[in-house]
Amino acid sequence: MPRYFTDEHEWIDIEGDSATVGITDYAQEQLGDIVFVELPDVGAALDKGGDAAVVESVKAASDVYAPITGEVTEGNGALEDEPALVNTSPEEDGWFFRMTIGDTSELEGLMDDKAYKAFIDGL
Amino acid sequence: MPLDPLPLDAWHRANGARMVPFAGYEMPIQYSGTNGGIVAEHNWTRDSASLFDVSHMGQLGLVGPDGDVAAAAQALEALVPGDISQLSEGRMRYSLLLNEAGGVLDDLIITNTGKSIAMVVNGAVKWDDIAHLREHLADEITLTHYADNALLALQGPKAADVLEGLVPDAGALIFMTSGLFQWGEAALWVSRSGYTGEDGFEIAIPAQHVEAFANALTSDDRVNPAGLGARDSLRLEAGLPLYGHDLSEDTNPVSAGLKFALSKSRREMPADGSAWMGQEPVMAAFETGPRQRRIGLSLEGRMPAREGAEVFAGDVKVGTVTSGGFSPTLGQPIAMAYVDVEHAKKGTALEIEVRGKRLPAAVTSMPFVPHKYYRGS
Repeated sequence: MPRYFTDEHEWIDIEGDSATVGITDYAQEQLGDIVFVELPDVGAALDKGGDAAVVESVKAASDVYAPITGEVTEGNGALEDEPALVNTSPEEDGWFFRMTIGDTSELEGLMDDKAYKAFIDGL
Repeated sequence: MPLDPLPLDAWHRANGARMVPFAGYEMPIQYSGTNGGIVAEHNWTRDSASLFDVSHMGQLGLVGPDGDVAAAAQALEALVPGDISQLSEGRMRYSLLLNEAGGVLDDLIITNTGKSIAMVVNGAVKWDDIAHLREHLADEITLTHYADNALLALQGPKAADVLEGLVPDAGALIFMTSGLFQWGEAALWVSRSGYTGEDGFEIAIPAQHVEAFANALTSDDRVNPAGLGARDSLRLEAGLPLYGHDLSEDTNPVSAGLKFALSKSRREMPADGSAWMGQEPVMAAFETGPRQRRIGLSLEGRMPAREGAEVFAGDVKVGTVTSGGFSPTLGQPIAMAYVDVEHAKKGTALEIEVRGKRLPAAVTSMPFVPHKYYRGS
């Protein structure tokens, strides 16, 4: 299952014609304690780079962007009761939403894990 | 403009601080590690004791001719609504620098140290404060900026026991009193005060001694460092306004719920022309009542409302959030807002608009979390 990363610190897993999206360990570390996650509604049409979700830490609200274009098929209901999952398991249990893959060519512009690691090492 | 390092800059970094620009300085917003993070630091302050570096704040002192403290107190009374002349040695008072229109230029703590009238002002506006004071005080009043002093805050229920171990007798101070103490070669000005709602101390110390003193405090297992993030969530729970957010030049002290800062002995318009700056408009608001009031809001659900969010009663906009966030102690979002007085009564149901959604919120008395100041046994 290939995983890609954006320069806005989202990760996206590709499984067939479905993608799962979350924020990276680096991102949760920067945000600090997460107290609320506002997920997109199922059926919402997302544009690559557009607003997809909002993550609230104690201190501030931060936007999460759609890594690709597509339609939301599922939100992670577990985050409603336990938003801290984003801190404790950002790249697994703390996933945000699943979506369709509108245009597979958009994946080509994203980073693989090696490129992402080099990217955050340079920040 | 390059950011100035604070005296404890290297110490913060060595302790895993994440530094952010604030008030012209690089300051720790939070620390890393198992005890780090805003919520952990916040909770540690409520349960034990935390060390905050607030050296960005301005430490100022006033004296009159030949070190005359009474002359300085009287001169300062022209610019603040508090009774400063009656402050006895070691006593402190919360006060306000007001402009001619009665707007708040800054909020500050004024202390009679016995040798001067000392002021601690907000870091973000300290240069404006200095210019304002210099412009309006007579030349015979000497204003000193103690730029070589660091300022630490030790806050929490275990703060007194910890400090007592290093500075015997400091624990005898009661809330809003202060005194001169010695720690090794360092002279400390210790005040029993703070910005968290907890018992605690603020300690002015010469910069060359601050690192050793910070190490002495944090070598105690009961003390962890805490950053600006926890400081903000703590003061919000304590219902304490933050200048630049809950107070500004457009804020009237009556509207801000700071009537207590208008000393009773100084409310009446003096016949001799010695009114405090802004007295007429402020006392007019005092008499007629303000149009809006600063209130607390408890939100339903978990989504916080932030500064700038609009407050509604039905379809009508009745106010604006000036500070908002998630309360770690209460486990729910809380906010401060200015709302029209008709909607400011405790228990009033209002709504806050966040990203197109209306969040139900109830007007709540502040502090959200009770103060635990030490007023003597």
